[in-house]
Amino acid sequence: MAIFLTENTKVIVQGMTGSEGTKHTRRMLASGTKIVGGVTPGKGGQVVDIDGHQLPVFNTVAEAMAATGADASVVFVPPKFAKAAVIDAIDAAMPLVVVITEGIPVHDSASFYAYSVTKGTTRIIGPNCPGLISPGKSNIGIIPADITGAGPIGLVSKSGTLTYQMMYELRDIGFSTAVGIGGDPVIGTTHIDCLRAFQDDPETTAIVMIGEIGGDAEERAAAFIAEYVTKPVVGYVAGFTAPEGKTMGHAGAIVSGSSGTAQGKKDALEAAGVKVGQTPSETAQLLRDILGR
Amino acid sequence: MDLFEYQARDLFEKHGVPVLAAAIATTADEAEAAATKIGGKVVVKAQVKVGGRGKAGGVKLAENPLDAREKAAAILGMDIKGHEVRTVMIAAAAPIESEYYLAILLDRSNRTFLVMASVSGGMDIEEVAHTAPEKLAKIPVSAVDGISLAKAKEIIGAANFPSDVADQVADVLLKLWEVFQSEDATLVEVNPLVKTKDGKVIALDGKITLDDNAEFRQPDHDALVDHAATNALEAAAKAKNLNYVKLEGEVGIIGNGAGLVMSTLDVVAYAGKKHGGVRPANFLDIGGGASAQIMADGLSIILGDKDVKSVFVNVFGGITACDAVADGIVQALELLGDKATKPIVVRLDGNNVVEGRAILAKAAHPLIEQADTMDGAANRAAELAAK
Repeated sequence: MAIFLTENTKVIVQGMTGSEGTKHTRRMLASGTKIVGGVTPGKGGQVVDIDGHQLPVFNTVAEAMAATGADASVVFVPPKFAKAAVIDAIDAAMPLVVVITEGIPVHDSASFYAYSVTKGTTRIIGPNCPGLISPGKSNIGIIPADITGAGPIGLVSKSGTLTYQMMYELRDIGFSTAVGIGGDPVIGTTHIDCLRAFQDDPETTAIVMIGEIGGDAEERAAAFIAEYVTKPVVGYVAGFTAPEGKTMGHAGAIVSGSSGTAQGKKDALEAAGVKVGQTPSETAQLLRDILGR
Repeated sequence: MDLFEYQARDLFEKHGVPVLAAAIATTADEAEAAATKIGGKVVVKAQVKVGGRGKAGGVKLAENPLDAREKAAAILGMDIKGHEVRTVMIAAAAPIESEYYLAILLDRSNRTFLVMASVSGGMDIEEVAHTAPEKLAKIPVSAVDGISLAKAKEIIGAANFPSDVADQVADVLLKLWEVFQSEDATLVEVNPLVKTKDGKVIALDGKITLDDNAEFRQPDHDALVDHAATNALEAAAKAKNLNYVKLEGEVGIIGNGAGLVMSTLDVVAYAGKKHGGVRPANFLDIGGGASAQIMADGLSIILGDKDVKSVFVNVFGGITACDAVADGIVQALELLGDKATKPIVVRLDGNNVVEGRAILAKAAHPLIEQADTMDGAANRAAELAAK
């Protein structure tokens, strides 16, 4: 088991014919992901050879699903066209849509998120996220597949590189699934969605949750943990030194007034019984202590 | 990007939101001329991107153009909570009967848009929300459906606007929605929205925040950037497409990925407590690529910061290979030559780390020190900065 994807997940790549799309399709194929085709409007009917894999290109997600049986999509489309690509996937009732694209206007992401809620058949992960990986099974997005292998830890993080860092710190133990949910103000899958899935996943025995400044997602996650999660959770929050009113890289990483501070998030998590590390390595050590490894 | 009041007013006017005649001035002469043109009593308002300017003496009523000149002379150059007043807005004065509040914003928590409306405007709306929450109506707005006339009427009913202004307020709300949507705003706020003694509804003061991600389809927004307030190092970094924020500290930071760089700042500040309280000097995310040129651009920005005493390069090779990053650092130092003068602590981990560390070891550059862990590197960089 893993969350949101399995070794049988069939993936199409929206924007596969672009440079980023091609590069990461190659990487995903190399890590064992079942890539079954791509979608680029206007290029339907072409077949692209990527490292010996003959991948058909379709004009729409619906056509791609009908022809390949794909049940997940990963989006590498540039910001300008990302909304149309995600709406196309939602219209096709694609069960899982992972939006890697960085820099999508929030009016567009708020719009496609609201549309996905109305339709009720699509889970969106991201945007502006590294995707998710169940080591040895499947890898949708840009998380490096060779950091670590399968194991009992579930990880959810707003940040890509902190996901890699934490997987690396705990590489001798391994992960059931690591999910990068993205650092934008509006994202499709939250910490809470992942915590719930990890709680219900028999292969996950402990959870690492990485947050950062901005919004109140970590505070909400803390309330959810107190109420629902019985598995051990350790946490890390980035951005203690971030000044008010300055966006720290991620569009959502901004402290405004007293809201969204790292200290507030740490306090909320600790009040919910989550052990919070001061650095990534200290956080990894907290998890080792819990697992006795 | 947050806008000045006068920029918000102009965007309101562009989309048909009723506003008063106004002009901006950067000198007392210009203020007098603007007041003459507007005629009658005017209000002289400091243009600063911070609240509480009225209490600080940044808003004054002027009886006539000469008075406006004096008031502007007093306000220009004033320091309001660390913001220097470089511009004033001269606006027509209006006899006010009632003050309301109206805002459309992104509600991150609920991943939707939200309208907040109150007939108790004028004062600090956070105070109203806190002490009398029943006076502030909060109505979610779907990003798909937006605000229709029916929705506007629902909101106005929920906020108990008096019937004599209901139609006008509904019209203002529809036009504010147009501003919000067509300008890619994340906040459009009118406080106060007033009813004048002759029964007209007017947006007297406004705040707008624009979404930087929408730059590609908002070519007009570039002209709204306040270049005078942008830090010189930040401007230089932006010209190189680097994601850089200047902070008050001594340890220059370069890393890849926003989350890891934020974490690096924290770990340095934490380590700095043991070394005389040194702190990170900046946020700089060089992203996934980290070519020699990007590394050189980043290093030259950081070495150009006179506050920087040491540099910490913290890279986790995910997509990027550490050997490419190490090559980048070595080439960057060659490009910079004598301009590179501060010690640089490098921590590489992840993809091709052995090769990367070997490249730096072989280069044996006198300024470069390698560290095995992020915590160890932070400690060493802080120690070097404290010397």
